[in-house]
Amino acid sequence: MADDTLLFSLKLSLQVAAIATVFVMVVGLSAAYLLSRKNFPGKELLDILLTLPLVLPPTVTGYYLIVLFGRNGLFGRHLYAWTGWSIMFTWYAAVLASFVVALPLMVKTARAAIESVDENLIRASYTLGHSEYWTALKVILPLAKKGIIAGTILSFARAMGEFGATLMIAGNIPGRTNTMPLAIYSAAGSGDRSQATVMVIVFTLISGLFLYIANKLSRRIL
Amino acid sequence: MGLTIKINKKMNGFRLDAEWEIGNELAVLFGYSGAGKSLTLQMITGLMKPDDGTIRLNEKTLFDSACNIDLLPRERSFGYVFQDLALFPHMSVWENIVYGAHGLSKTERKHQAEDMIDRFKLVGSVNKYPSEISGGQKQRVALARALIRRPDALLLDEPFSALDNPLRIEMQQLLKEIRREFPIPIVFVTHDVLEAHELADRIIVYANGSVIQSGTPIEVFTKPATSEVDILVNTRSRLRQAVETLPCTTVLP
Repeated sequence: MADDTLLFSLKLSLQVAAIATVFVMVVGLSAAYLLSRKNFPGKELLDILLTLPLVLPPTVTGYYLIVLFGRNGLFGRHLYAWTGWSIMFTWYAAVLASFVVALPLMVKTARAAIESVDENLIRASYTLGHSEYWTALKVILPLAKKGIIAGTILSFARAMGEFGATLMIAGNIPGRTNTMPLAIYSAAGSGDRSQATVMVIVFTLISGLFLYIANKLSRRIL
Repeated sequence: MGLTIKINKKMNGFRLDAEWEIGNELAVLFGYSGAGKSLTLQMITGLMKPDDGTIRLNEKTLFDSACNIDLLPRERSFGYVFQDLALFPHMSVWENIVYGAHGLSKTERKHQAEDMIDRFKLVGSVNKYPSEISGGQKQRVALARALIRRPDALLLDEPFSALDNPLRIEMQQLLKEIRREFPIPIVFVTHDVLEAHELADRIIVYANGSVIQSGTPIEVFTKPATSEVDILVNTRSRLRQAVETLPCTTVLP
């Protein structure tokens, strides 16, 4: 039984973090590009909104997610009316929570990397007849690769360790939404020290291993 | 045919007001740093927008404030060599050159790239990265990349200013060859009077954002239109004058 909890929560944590990271890459890169290379009304506001989850307590972020996506929430209400389904207390909610708290890490690092690309290289690409899209793909992103990889690693690590917001909107349902940080919390809270210890060690080892691989990988690519 | 510009731009207290026309010749924009030469190039390529005026290349209007025409840089057919060359550090010499061949078919791209590699003597360096080649090779890669799609005009923004003298002379020879082989308007920005004299079919003299004289090197050097032009082009005779007056001052107590 104990092993089941460990394996399930570990698998769920990896799954949630991986899917959240894919969304973080798509949304975070787009946002970073917009914020670094475009001027539009509301830019400051967007920047602040995307950064807030970095400084807010995860419980506050989680509360906002309930307000937005809960069964009676701003968007969640319509979703529930149409489909009879709510994201609350499903593992999708854990993905959503991880996505929101990890997003600022990607936006910040990728934005800094994009802004550090020499403007003349971008202008050279334009004068050579290339579109903005092609220039972003062939010049800006490859030259910002280092920051983007760093942002992805940080986001994955943050998504993996997400606890507070996940607890608020996904709950801590054994066999359904108990990611590893939540399972550790339960085990420690119920006095099951031996299981908590095992999970803490496993989680630490896996995070360390992941960082080691990420370091090696990024050194080879860069 | 040729390149015709009439542009006006105010920014940060500086005013650019330039008007000139060149044919298929090598025109040197000459003047002190900050006279508006590079700014003119940026407006010709569309990287910066003039407040008003017109820019035409071979009867095609690239910019016309009255008709609201303002083509994007990529819609204008210029080869542009930046002062810092702006070679892509993450691409090999081959990739840098091919990147300039936008709009050509795959076979044509390969054919043209091979032609450029050959013409600019880069055969041994195709797989190297910009950080691995010499200053002269970098110059040649930048020229090859700018010329591969046969642009309608070539613009060069002080590309040789950081080179030592022998290399600079070699590059000037190369540019003369390009001028012979590519019958297009070539605009070359420099603040070096010798370079202007060496390269120009036509010299366009800039001062404080205005064109103060335009003509052949002989015209500009022998009949400077204003005392300002005289000061700009006759630096050497002034230097001689200054040296000649020196002994008189040294005998004073």
